[in-house]
Amino acid sequence: MSTATKVRTLTMAEAVSEGISQEMERDNRVFVMGEDIGKYGGIFSATTGLLDKFGPDRIMDTPISETGFMGTAIGAAAEGLRPISELMFVDFFGVCFDQIYNHLAKNTYMSGGNVKLPVVITTGIGGGYNDAAQHSQCLYATFAHMPGLKVVVPSNAYDAKGLMIQAIRDDNPVVFMYHKGIMGLSWMSYFEGSTNEVPAEPYTIPFGQAKVVREGKDLTIVTLSQMVQKSLLAADKLAAEGIDVEIVDLRTLVPLDKETVLRSVGKTGRVLIADEDYLSFGVSGEIAAIIAEQLNHLQLKAPVRRLAVPDVPIPFSRPLEQFAIPQVDSIADAVRALMQLNLD
Amino acid sequence: MDPTSEQLLWMYEKMVEIREYEETMAKVYLEGKLPPKIQKGLAFDIGAGPVPGEMHLAAGQEPVAVGVCAHLRREDTVVGAHRPHHFAIAKDVDLLAMTSEMFGKENGLGKGKGGHMHLFDPAVKFSCSGIVGAGAPQACGAALAAKKLGKDWVAVSFFGEGAANQGSFHEALNLASLWKLPVIFVCEDNKYGISVEKSASTAIASNADRAAGYGMPGVLVDKNDAVAVFAAAGEAVARARRGEGPTLIEVKTDRYLGHFQGDPETYRPKNEAQHLRENDPINVLGAQLRERGELDDAKDAALRSTVSVRVQAAYEHARNSPYPAPEDALLHVFAD
Repeated sequence: MSTATKVRTLTMAEAVSEGISQEMERDNRVFVMGEDIGKYGGIFSATTGLLDKFGPDRIMDTPISETGFMGTAIGAAAEGLRPISELMFVDFFGVCFDQIYNHLAKNTYMSGGNVKLPVVITTGIGGGYNDAAQHSQCLYATFAHMPGLKVVVPSNAYDAKGLMIQAIRDDNPVVFMYHKGIMGLSWMSYFEGSTNEVPAEPYTIPFGQAKVVREGKDLTIVTLSQMVQKSLLAADKLAAEGIDVEIVDLRTLVPLDKETVLRSVGKTGRVLIADEDYLSFGVSGEIAAIIAEQLNHLQLKAPVRRLAVPDVPIPFSRPLEQFAIPQVDSIADAVRALMQLNLD
Repeated sequence: MDPTSEQLLWMYEKMVEIREYEETMAKVYLEGKLPPKIQKGLAFDIGAGPVPGEMHLAAGQEPVAVGVCAHLRREDTVVGAHRPHHFAIAKDVDLLAMTSEMFGKENGLGKGKGGHMHLFDPAVKFSCSGIVGAGAPQACGAALAAKKLGKDWVAVSFFGEGAANQGSFHEALNLASLWKLPVIFVCEDNKYGISVEKSASTAIASNADRAAGYGMPGVLVDKNDAVAVFAAAGEAVARARRGEGPTLIEVKTDRYLGHFQGDPETYRPKNEAQHLRENDPINVLGAQLRERGELDDAKDAALRSTVSVRVQAAYEHARNSPYPAPEDALLHVFAD
């Protein structure tokens, strides 16, 4: 007899917060630190309700002092605790990156595996709401570039909860990057596809397993985070025109599920990489390189195409920002153009 | 707080051990680096020899390490800096594995992946970092953990006077005082941040005065003396164990050698180091022990011989140990 699984529709913010809450109930070594994560419940609602449940000893508001509390997380983790440390906007990594990439990411390696640092850094990413160049970046490629950090970039509530619980249970540093525009906040329009059914019980989603979120035969879009939701909307439009798009949601960048990408590209023969991070030296280039390295096994019908922020800081003004960040229409346009391209 | 005879002897022996360790390293480090052979005009080859890379030695700075660590237990945490050997030895880091690490050997503390600035010995809760100022917030984390676990453990952050101008230092002091964390911040003022004198880098004469800005006691130990450091640290450690929060201590100490080995030291008077050695803290403590009747020539010789055997054995062990397999470079990016 299977127990009835209670499934509710949750926003991604609710799912993140629920995942943290359930792990805190299970493991008293888990605690949360960060700016405005207590009374406020997290600027992007990732910790809503947790202060009332767990009290100020485990839900710790910090000073605006990212180097201070990121370093504190490292020191506490080295002693066996399991801190979740929130970097309010990923853009703020600049004031504390030494702790993150020189220590959190390297101490396990430099100790020959003798030091474990089970820290989860939660951080808000992405633009689309006119917050300009210092509050709108994705930057997941920057974190993924440095060895020693696992990088999680969910696109919906169901994945977010399972990946969060997985992150907290991991003995390694994990950077959990949630896009503000899919959190389902009451003060920012969002893509509704990210609000989906979430089981009430705790569950995990293993890292390094990309998901085919839409099956199709004509072309693969490899994407992640909010761009998954945009790609799904673009795919609906394209279906009406007779173009059948497959969408691969990477879900984690480190580890990266190359096999699912290659399998899908092998099937469709055409690939567009849709990314909200900067174009150059990033996710889109990495995926293109992985495909290029397998061209002795893969039969492509058209060259690889990439859609990403065209190497400019994120601009403020609405038309400028909508131009710089790939939109549903620009994804659809890129797919149409790619369908016209042929090798030979 | 006056040290017992046992504590005085412990500090003396550890200082002798640190000095022999550093002076041995100064010689070993030069093996294979001199004379220049590889390229014309090359004075020194940093990447050659059995101990390659940078090497920051702490000869002269022993009182800071032993005066503080005399109060510590195995469960207390020490976070050192880029010049870490004296702290590591005073915290009883495994001398064999530590030395192997500096030689890049597979039985080193970090299996050859860290080197001398990145020593991790979780068994005695020791770590250090090559980034100036980075350790202070991490010591806060260890202290926070002690508090959360309901233990009376303390954490010590050691750093140089140059680090006291880093944001991380100020952020750590604020957090530690705000959360009443059992941390002792110990600033070693050896007068120079590489080549820049403290007077040219720091707006005030004593970093101990900065403690007031964070609502914690600031103590200046104005001589390079183990007993004086012991007294200041004793108060600070006891205060931390009582749950009364952090203390900042600055110690005026002396760096006998260059910032790193191979440093031409053009920024300081030629005979400065020689002059500093005239008032050597090991001799000062030795004289005190003799006055108290705790040390004589025979006992000193026996102690120095025991220490020497221990230190030289560590170097031999490291020298004779195998290197890791090259492809082991791929291991340990993540914990299993």
